[in-house]
Amino acid sequence: MHEMSLAEGIIQLVEDTARREQAQRVKLVVLEIGKLSSVAPDALRFCFDVVSKNGVADGAVLEIVDIPGSGWCLPCGQTVAISELYGACPQCGSHQVQPTGGTDMRVKEIEIE
Amino acid sequence: MCTVCGCGAGETKIEGGAHEHSHGHADGTVHSHGHGHDHEHEHDHHHDHAHPHEHEHPHTHADGTTHTHGHEHEHGHGEVHEHPHEHEHVHAVGGDLDYGSGPARAHVPGLSQSRMVQIEQDILSKNNAYASANRQYFDERGIFALNLVSSPGSGKTTLLCKTIELLKNEVAINVVEGDQQTANDAERIRATGVPALQINTGKGCHLDGHMVGHAMQRLQPADNSLFLIENVGNLVCPAAFDLGEQHKVAILSVTEGEDKPLKYPDMFAASDVMLLNKCDLLPYLQFDADLAEANARRVNPRLKIIRVSATSGEGLGEWLDWIRNGLQAQAGKREVTVDQLKAKIAELERQLAAR
Repeated sequence: MHEMSLAEGIIQLVEDTARREQAQRVKLVVLEIGKLSSVAPDALRFCFDVVSKNGVADGAVLEIVDIPGSGWCLPCGQTVAISELYGACPQCGSHQVQPTGGTDMRVKEIEIE
Repeated sequence: MCTVCGCGAGETKIEGGAHEHSHGHADGTVHSHGHGHDHEHEHDHHHDHAHPHEHEHPHTHADGTTHTHGHEHEHGHGEVHEHPHEHEHVHAVGGDLDYGSGPARAHVPGLSQSRMVQIEQDILSKNNAYASANRQYFDERGIFALNLVSSPGSGKTTLLCKTIELLKNEVAINVVEGDQQTANDAERIRATGVPALQINTGKGCHLDGHMVGHAMQRLQPADNSLFLIENVGNLVCPAAFDLGEQHKVAILSVTEGEDKPLKYPDMFAASDVMLLNKCDLLPYLQFDADLAEANARRVNPRLKIIRVSATSGEGLGEWLDWIRNGLQAQAGKREVTVDQLKAKIAELERQLAAR
């Protein structure tokens, strides 16, 4: 969903940082994308290439680190691994699972020169 | 991070300081070493001297061999130094192949000046900053802001017009209309007699915090008023973009499928209220309203659900009462702000009188 807006958000963060650090070029952008964040990495790569054109991050390598999803299952009373939001608990099948991890998407770091 | 081999990413802070990294040699041995860098400073004084210093790195190879190497640098004051350094590897056990000792080995000064910079920021942080500024603006002025979200054609605008008709005599109302193109919806709202501002998102699929901030500036909503934001008809993207509203209100109409909350869960999870609209049509449809409610609650157990019909007026009383409660709560927040300001004025006056 809305990968184009997200790509623009990423580029803004990257370009702001590059400017602050007086970088000539951004070589690498490392993202952490949670499995439950409803972001399609492939679509994000495509949009990133488009929005980074002619800027300081033109040609930068986009590295996406997957963060696995986890949730708190109320009936089980413990953290369980989940692969989709609002999905069932893999142990008891209940849908009372509150997502606790893997919902974020962050720009972790960039490599500049 | 090591500037040559790219190892140890994620441990370096931009301020510099100590870091550690490990190298894989071509012969399979791995070693790690720590550096203390204390040289990222600039000297303004122009002493013409150089001071040499030495430090040592102990290395442990995977094959159990340990070696230590020292290196030297000279720092001339009055210059910004890049701090390159060279290593001499002296192996305790002879016969090891060390591909790191050739001319192109690691730590070649000046080969690359690239470095890693930690950002660690949420991609939506920019939007969230705008949204919290909007929320503060609303809270300080006692404005109750709602973000109405649904798929296209659920009857949002009709429901809004009806709501405005019924409420406009008791509270000031401003409306922001988001659509990809046309000002049709804003015109429909203006026909009810309240100010409306159309935002055309163009290629965008949702409103964001920045757009709504601008709309607020233009509309200048009164204190203790109702601020209604009709988002772009889209059940996916608007869920992720906070606008600074008090509540998202999802609208599902009975001409859609009962399983829509399961198919598009983000929006129903992000909302506090769901209006099941067009309920006057239920007798003519196969739609199972109870099933739709159960599906929505499966995604969001806290969801308040009201069955309404903008056409017949069914359920609107409960919806309006919910809005009135919200208005009251926001007015309370404004009073807190006003009281705090009054206390601040009293304190400043007391300080002034004391001088």
